[in-house]
Amino acid sequence: MPLQQHAFADVADVHDRLRAAGYLADHAIATTVFLADRLRKPLLVEGPAGVGKTELAKALASATGAELIRLQCYEGLDEARALYEWNYKKQLLRIQAGRDEAWDETHDDIFSDEFLLSRPLLTAIRRTEPTVLLVDETDKADVEVEGLLLEVLSDFQVTIPELGTIVAHQRPLVVLTSNATRELSEALKRRCLYLHLGYPSPAREKEIVLACVPELPERLAEAIVGTIRALRAMELKKVPSIAETIDWARTVLALGIDTFDEEAVASTLGVVLKHVSDQARAIGQLKLGSN
Amino acid sequence: MSLLDRTVVFTAALRQAGMAVSSAETVDAVRALTAVGPLDREALRAGFAATMCKRPTNRVTFDTLFDLYFPPVIGDGLSVDDFLAGEDGTPGTATDPSRPAGAPDSEHDLELLRQALRGELLDVLLRGDDEELRRLAREAVTRFGSAPGAPGRRSWFAYRALRALSPDTLVADLLSAMLGDQEAGGLAERVARQTIIERIRAFEEMVASEVRRRLAEERGADAAAKSAVKPLAEQVDFLRASQRDLAELRRLVHPLARRLATRLTARRRLGRSGRLDFRRTVRSSLATGGVPLETRHRPHKPHKPELVVLCDVSGSVASFAHFTLLLTHALREQFARVRAFAFIDTTDEITRFLRGADLGDMMARIANGADLVWFDGHSDYGHAFEVFADRYPEAVGPKTSLLVLGDARNNYRATAAPVFGKLCAQARHAYWLNPEPRTYWGSGDSATRAYADLVDEMVECRNVEQLQTFIERLLPS
Ligand SMILES: Nc1ncnc2c1ncn2[C@@H]1O[C@H](COP(=O)(O)OP(=O)(O)OP(=O)(O)O)[C@@H](O)[C@H]1O
Ligand SMILES: [Mg+2]
Repeated sequence: MPLQQHAFADVADVHDRLRAAGYLADHAIATTVFLADRLRKPLLVEGPAGVGKTELAKALASATGAELIRLQCYEGLDEARALYEWNYKKQLLRIQAGRDEAWDETHDDIFSDEFLLSRPLLTAIRRTEPTVLLVDETDKADVEVEGLLLEVLSDFQVTIPELGTIVAHQRPLVVLTSNATRELSEALKRRCLYLHLGYPSPAREKEIVLACVPELPERLAEAIVGTIRALRAMELKKVPSIAETIDWARTVLALGIDTFDEEAVASTLGVVLKHVSDQARAIGQLKLGSN
Repeated sequence: MSLLDRTVVFTAALRQAGMAVSSAETVDAVRALTAVGPLDREALRAGFAATMCKRPTNRVTFDTLFDLYFPPVIGDGLSVDDFLAGEDGTPGTATDPSRPAGAPDSEHDLELLRQALRGELLDVLLRGDDEELRRLAREAVTRFGSAPGAPGRRSWFAYRALRALSPDTLVADLLSAMLGDQEAGGLAERVARQTIIERIRAFEEMVASEVRRRLAEERGADAAAKSAVKPLAEQVDFLRASQRDLAELRRLVHPLARRLATRLTARRRLGRSGRLDFRRTVRSSLATGGVPLETRHRPHKPHKPELVVLCDVSGSVASFAHFTLLLTHALREQFARVRAFAFIDTTDEITRFLRGADLGDMMARIANGADLVWFDGHSDYGHAFEVFADRYPEAVGPKTSLLVLGDARNNYRATAAPVFGKLCAQARHAYWLNPEPRTYWGSGDSATRAYADLVDEMVECRNVEQLQTFIERLLPS
């Protein structure tokens, strides 16, 4: 394997380049990303929905000039969808077309690259250019997929019985995300660096809002973030995330709302709280009903 | 001690506190240390967390121990010592064990200092300046947080420092300063209040962390670690949880329910494909010239139990019952049906209270709205079981899992073993979750002996961890 290139010079460099890619990282995020690059270990990012896990991987790809290869996990995802699969329909046609051929010949032919359907994991390993592999929502996949990830992410090589072993030319930067709907296996966690992403500090959240919705007056951004934090402190079914804060900011801007008061909050609450019971709760606790 | 040695000792302390850190992860931690260097303390913290703290519930423990083993170097601390040096000429007097707390200062001086610090605190809380807040926490601990301990030693207490500055009493002033001419009582106040609470909590945490640092300085990190580490959230005892613990626990309910639900569904699906669906297999083989390349299967039909929860909601065990009810309710899709009944000395159905929008104050609404007291409002399991069997004879059937929640503390009243035994016999399964330590069962007025043999099992359920294990067992695959 050729000498591994480091993508970042130091933690500050991570911070700056992620910012240039539109992602505002705090010190812990920047440090952990820096280590993922230095130690070339997969980075497992865990946290509630909408706190910027996926976005981090995207920004990382753009900051390092790498291509993003994404494996979206879901219930029932299997090796054939994650790693590779033989295109058996095409193989079948090929066999029928070559009825007079010797079987050995056909066999060699149908188990060649031409009939291989490469899926994200294999694609990421075979690439020679800089790559960020995003394994998104790992917790949605079945437990067996973890075994596969474990194998692939340990030595970055894949053995295809008919073709031989394929070794990564250059280890991709790997980001796995999880909503923690279930606990991932200890074995997988041990292979990874771990980053818990929670809700950001008020100052950072305001910055994020202003970065995403630059036309919004700072005073309104502050009010929105303050209100979001009050909402997060309630016991809600679905706690509003950064994505919701940004949506709220966009809505406020689009409606030309000038003061973020009871009336403004009440009329736009549906943007951030999707459950009726959550809305009822917020209206009660924020005393929005009196207006 | 070199940084490397310190890392090794730190790792040992993490393990001691119950965190599973493998040796491979220790190696990663050292590599992280090498990569970020020793100078940036917060980067070091992040690096260690990334390599050794891979469960969010362990984070508080991790941070506590990190503060002990990697205290902020004297750099920051100097400002405090400078402050003291300016006052009486000898730097660092606060840690001087020969000087009893506050002796050189007259009561009057101390009071002036206290007032001055409170004034500053008000200011800093208003601005939300973390650096300044940390400096004030140091000062508060240095001046007010200590008392002479064992001979020649000094002990440090967060509550002393906090009592002197009593930040909670600043809330009103902070509110009016923040609100300015905005109307009180509305949204603006709620938002401002939230900000203030968060900042005060942060300050309290800083004081606690400064106290830990002092203790570590005084007695060494290992000794301080023993007293500083709190149990992990899943291990907080239901019966001894504080108000804050309880709020924290309730926040755990939904994520926990989601995790359990996915795990349970996954388990049910393990033998995922059911019987071969011949017709669909043949139909799909038409696309491939009659060769059945893919087989089709009928979906599995999962078995779901009906759940009846019967719980003691008297004061002593209410928080346990509350949490467990919330959890079973959040898991209701896992059951064919959930009904809940509560009792103190008589029994009423409370399923309707599980439907409201606001389950946070469910217990209060149950207390107001349900008919639970018949005689004197002290737990009477015997009477409660009799009423239950009498009023809801149809509730427990052959498909029911009956779940009793309570400590079986019966105030020395009559038990109703025959009635209860019949209920258990009617049910498919009957379990009793007891939030008391097993060693207390049967002591004093605990009537566990009368009931334990009637249920399939009486389970010790003192914390979320034990509850979680039980629920996984309860729901068969
Ligand atoms: N640090 C950040 N800087 C800039 N934008 C951010 C940041 N964090 C989050 N965002 C914004 O929040 C939105 C939600 O983030 P993202 O989709 O990555 O969340 P997620 O954690 O992957 O959520 P899910 O678990 O639902 O997939 C993004 O569209 C992004 O614009
Ligand atoms: Mg995502």
